[in-house]
Amino acid sequence: MLALAQWLEHTSVSQEIQKALWLIPLLQTAHIIAIAMVLPSILMIELRILGVGKSLSMTQTSARYAPWLWTGLVLLAATGLGLIVGEPKRALPNPAFQIKMLMLAVTLTVALAFQTSLRRNIAFWEGHSLGRRLTGGFAVIVFFLWCAIAVAGRWIAYVHIA
Amino acid sequence: MQSVTELLSWLEATRLAEFIRESEWAFPAVESVHVIALALVIGTISIVDLRLLGLASTNRVYSELAKQVLPWTWGAFALAATSGTFMFISQPQTYLGNLAFRIKFALMFVAGVNMLVFQLITGRDASKWDRDAAAPLAGRIAATLSLVFWIAIVFFGRRIGFTTMPV
Repeated sequence: MLALAQWLEHTSVSQEIQKALWLIPLLQTAHIIAIAMVLPSILMIELRILGVGKSLSMTQTSARYAPWLWTGLVLLAATGLGLIVGEPKRALPNPAFQIKMLMLAVTLTVALAFQTSLRRNIAFWEGHSLGRRLTGGFAVIVFFLWCAIAVAGRWIAYVHIA
Repeated sequence: MQSVTELLSWLEATRLAEFIRESEWAFPAVESVHVIALALVIGTISIVDLRLLGLASTNRVYSELAKQVLPWTWGAFALAATSGTFMFISQPQTYLGNLAFRIKFALMFVAGVNMLVFQLITGRDASKWDRDAAAPLAGRIAATLSLVFWIAIVFFGRRIGFTTMPV
């Protein structure tokens, strides 16, 4: 990882980002705005799963917020990539960054598996009281997993690599 | 002015401030909470702003949407304000003297005034337009200003970190 970071640091793209002093704070701001698209979208969908705000159906809620969720995730990936290329040594070998990526992989898997299962076994998840309780539990867990990713992200700034 | 300086010195000397300043994990932990809270504030405000502009949730009555979403905005705002205060008291003098910090708070003040003006004027007779696809012009202007102010607040908030401590 350190070797990769060293190589990346010397590429011309990375040099350009390093030279433009305002670019890193701007990328970080865009990264935070993207978090502001993702987290509340997830919150609104999870709240609907928990049964709050029934004026919209599950499908309507998902249609309203899922596009913002996915746009936010794409923006997060793009700005995140820019931040890695701009400061490879700050990110790649950083344990906080590595933990963040691991949590991201786990969260995406859990969230997608949950979503797929929800769609296929709608009778179980929404029909039985046990299913409904499990669904609610999953919704809360997924939301906090996303929050934990943001925490690990902020921690990257505080773990110093020799 | 003298009493403000005294108050700041007193805050800075409290055990809580000392703990946030000196602990290895306290500041990053508080800052993480701040990021999550502000993401929720801005995202939920945007839901309402985009509805006013007629760009999203147009199938929903404005007042109902605002009633469902805004309590989350205020809850998250309380969390952001609390975590922000914790960060502030760790180094009050440094923050007060920081240009990005000053601009951020000026913008928060203006965003607050914008919200208040909207609530007192356009928001008052919401029942007349809240089923329309978009709010009247004054409401759309307030929504646009709100989006611009909050994005700028995030930018200057992030700038504080670049001009005071580890980024």
